This record gives sequence, structure tokens and C-alpha cells, in this order.
Amino acid sequence: MLLLILKRIGLGLITLFIVSLITFVGVEVLPGDACTTYLEREAYGAALDACIKRLGLDIPAYERYLDWASNVVRGDFGYSLSGEMPINEVLGPRVKNSLVLASVSILIGIPLAIVLGIITALWRDKLPDIMISTITIFSMTIPEFISATLLILIVAIWLGWLPGIVIIPSDATFYELLSNIILPVVAISMIMTAHMARMVRSSVIQVMASDYVQMAILKGVPYWKMVFRHVLPNALLPAINVVALTIAWLLGGVVVTEVVFNYPGLGRLVIESISNRDLPVVQALAIILASIYVGINLIADLMTLMLNPRLKSLQIRK
Amino acid sequence: MESNLITEDKQKNKLEKALEILKTMASKPSGLIGLTIVLFHVILALISPYIAPYDYKAISPNTMLLAPSAEHWFGTDSLGRDVFTRTILGGRTALTVTFFGSLIALLWGGLLGIFCGLVGGKIDDVVMRVVDAFLSIPWILAMLLIVSLLGTSTEVLIPALGFFYGKGIVRVARAATHDVIAKDFIVSARARGHSNMSIIWNEIIPNVRDAILVEGAMRWSWMLLGFSSLSFLGFGVSPPTPDWGLMISNARGLMSFAYWSVIAPIVGLSSLIIGINLTADAFAKALGIDRSTKAPV
Repeated sequence: MLLLILKRIGLGLITLFIVSLITFVGVEVLPGDACTTYLEREAYGAALDACIKRLGLDIPAYERYLDWASNVVRGDFGYSLSGEMPINEVLGPRVKNSLVLASVSILIGIPLAIVLGIITALWRDKLPDIMISTITIFSMTIPEFISATLLILIVAIWLGWLPGIVIIPSDATFYELLSNIILPVVAISMIMTAHMARMVRSSVIQVMASDYVQMAILKGVPYWKMVFRHVLPNALLPAINVVALTIAWLLGGVVVTEVVFNYPGLGRLVIESISNRDLPVVQALAIILASIYVGINLIADLMTLMLNPRLKSLQIRK
Repeated sequence: MESNLITEDKQKNKLEKALEILKTMASKPSGLIGLTIVLFHVILALISPYIAPYDYKAISPNTMLLAPSAEHWFGTDSLGRDVFTRTILGGRTALTVTFFGSLIALLWGGLLGIFCGLVGGKIDDVVMRVVDAFLSIPWILAMLLIVSLLGTSTEVLIPALGFFYGKGIVRVARAATHDVIAKDFIVSARARGHSNMSIIWNEIIPNVRDAILVEGAMRWSWMLLGFSSLSFLGFGVSPPTPDWGLMISNARGLMSFAYWSVIAPIVGLSSLIIGINLTADAFAKALGIDRSTKAPV
């Protein structure tokens, strides 16, 4: 068991190592280096020299990679070209803002998804299922920037209930954030809830058809007792992994949502750093977002392991 | 999946089978709706250059932000361009880019997956690690990095999208190959002395094809989503090109009084994505593949 956990952690670390190689090699192989890309037409003379010196582009690539990697491991991501300050200072408030947005969305999304998933499964092909399933298909497939734009158009402009574009300084306090994130949270949790509710639905349906549930019905176990005692624990377990993957997948969607709502989180930093051609920040973001992805998956794997005694003796790779 | 083992008269069977699958897909309302929407968009994309009433890039200060009328069915945008024209031509852009992108994704993803499933061992381990690593970089960051360094033309976008969305297909193709490879008919083909290439071509590909195609259909809708998000963020196709993501991002600032120029591309894009999704779902069901428990990776 302990060995299995260690193995999972090791695999995660290897994945992160490859990610760091990919981003590093990618920037290295694609035309232009960090300095010429950043300075564009002014890439000559003293400015170029200074920039090359600052980033250490004059030393061989592999040495630079080792330097960079060992700094990242120690928590130092280097120097932002456009912000002209250490990347850590740029990241700090952004990470906090994104964490607030993500955790509120998750706190609302997961319970809602479980409830909706159970309702649609138990009333399968009846009116509640058809209605909820149709809505989930819509909110799942429509791109984030469309649902976000529609939310602004309907709620903020036509109904005038909430401010549409949020203007938040990136160092806003927690309370200031909370009162301004209703629409972004709705936009994000809509998609997340839809994905997870669909997953829970099919999982519950599968378990309902299993032998032990049929047995419980035949034994005369009351319906709701059967649902809560026999069906749900077994149905929600496989959902954990999918929930994790969905959350991780949403990292991409959060970028778009943050741009639409002008929310100062990590997602908008992605766009800003790429528009500014600030490659050191892009590299830092790639590693951070990949770590979040790997971390969430790891937690989900471990949770499934802990909760499912059958898996403890098996080594199942997804 | 196993039912479509190769038979003598497979040419005739293929067409019949395709028709049968189409029939099964259309037999459910969701599949029928999906097929209708996709067909509508494809036809519109084919004929749109001939039926477009105006020039999509003609800027005119006299017709700025007109409300929908008999002359301009969907109104005009902030540069005086006809929204109807740009909307129907936008579908052409989206479908072309994502169709060729999906084709590339299917080809390299499918082939690499089958290869990994076949050889196994160290090579397989290494390739899958790299694929996993690619999966853990958010698609948007990778795509943005590629287009910001290589430029935003369709020649860059199509291979970039194809490359990036193919990595999920690698996994599916590999898993399907693993399932097939232990089957008796592979063993007997080996025993008959068939070469590896012949086994891949005649035994494995026909048996993993369905799984890969279904995955490709799903990727198509995600690629459309990714492509239009890129355009929306200003990293997709460049401005005068009629494109839904671009139109929405341009019209968004003025939507408090000119909502029509944002509604038309929204309806176009949403309906196409929903159509492709419903079709892909129906396709998967018609082939007997359950996708409902998969995460959107």
C-alpha cells in the first residue's frame, strides 16, 4: 500500500519533470529566444545584451535548464521581463484570486452535481431527467466564453442585477473578491456541474443494475435506504477520478472565463504573459498549472485507494 | 466491436454497415437532431460563398451598428459589415480548420497509439509518460504558446490543433489495441506467418477503428471549442477573416445596445458544437461504445 502511494507520487514527479523539459525545449526549439521575442524590434545593442545577461542566455542551454530547474524546486521562478520584478511577486496575488474563484465554484459545483446526478439517475428517462439532462448537455458543450458572455448580457445588461465587468485590483481582499465573483462562479460551476452530474448519473445507473442492488430490492430493503446504503457509496467512488480530471480540465476554461470577466487570476496572467511575450512567466505558469493537474489527480487516486479496499491489493493504472 | 471481423465480401458490407449505423443514429431524437444540425452547417459552409449577400470585409461608415432589418437580416457590426454574411461564412472557417485538424489528430494519435499497444515494454512506457505530461499542460497554455511563437495563420493553427488534440486519441487507440492483441485471431494470424504490417493493417486496424473514430468525433467538438476560444482571445485566425470567436470578442464590448452582432455568432457556434456532440454521442451508441463515464480529457 505504502509502496503503491510512493509509486504514484514518483510517477507524478516524473510527469512534472517531462513537462518542464517540454516547456523548456519548446521555447528553445521554436524560433526566437526569450529576449528577441520580448524586445521584438528593439532587440539589438545594449538592451539585448542586458536582457541576455539577465536571463543568462549566454550560457549553454542544458546548464540554464539545470539552473532554472533547481531554482524552481526551491520555489524561485525567476524574473518577469514585462513586470520587471521577481515572478514570485507577480504570482502571489494571482494564485490567491484564482484559488478563491476555484474553491467557491467547487464548493457549489460538487454537491449540486451529486444531487442532480442522483435525481436524473433515479428518475431515468422521466421528466426530471429529460429536463436536467438537456440543460446539462447545453451548459457542458457551449464554450465558456459564450456562456460567460450570455450571462453578462442577460443578468448584467438586460436585467441589470449585477455589474457585468468586474474591476478588481489584483491585491483585493478576500471580502472584496467574494462580492464580485458571483457571475464568474456561476459560469465556471455551470460547466463543471454539468460534466460531473452526467458522470454521477451513469455511475448510479450502472450500480442500480448490479446484482447486489437487485438482491437488496428482492430482500425488501426500503427504497431510500437502499439508495443511500447500497447505491451511493458504490456509485460515487468511481466518480472521484472523473471529478478530478474535470477540475483539472477546467484549468483551461478558467483562463477564458477570467478574461471575459476581467478577473485578475492566474488565467488572465496566462494571456497577459503571452501577449507580452514574457516567456519566463509562461514557463513558470506551465509548471504551476501542470503541478495542479498532477496534484489533483494524485489526490483523487489516493482517495480512491483509501476508500476502496478492493483496490488496495491491485495496481490499476488508469 | 468484435463483430466486424473481416469477411470475404467486405466491400459490399462496408456501405451497408455505414448506412445501418446512420439509421441507428437517426432512430433516436437526439441523434436525429444532431445529424440534422451538422448536415445543415456543412451544407451552409459549402454554399455560403455563393449565397452571402454582402462582401464580408466591406467596411462602411454609413451602415454601422444597424439593427436587424430586411436588408441586413442580422444587423451590422461596429465597422458596418453585414452580420448575416459574416455568420454564415464563419461556419466555413470553423469547419475547415477543425475538420483538417481532427484528421491530423486521428492519424497521428491513432497510429502512435496502435504502435505503442503493439510494441509494449520500454518504448510504450516512455511514450505514455510523455503523452501524460502533455495531457497535464492545460490545452490553452500550450496552444497559446505555439501560436504566439509561430504566428496565427491557418497553416500553423491546423497542425497545432491536430497535434495537441491527438494525444488523447493515443491513449484510446493504445487501450483498444491492448484489448485486441491478446485475441485468438491475432495469434492465429501470427501462426499463419503474416508480417507485422499485414497484422496491423488487416487484423488490428479494423478492430480498433470504431473506438478511434468515436474518440475522433468527440475531439472534433472539443477542437472546435478550443479553436473558437483561441479566436476569441485574439490568438486564432486574424481579423478580417469571418470567424465566430473573433466576431463575439469584437461585438462583446458593444452588446449593451447592439446585441444582435453578438447573438448571431453565438447561435451559430453553439448550435454547431451541440450538433457535433449529439452526433458523436449517437455515433458512439450506434457502435456500442459507452462514453458517458469518461472524463473530458
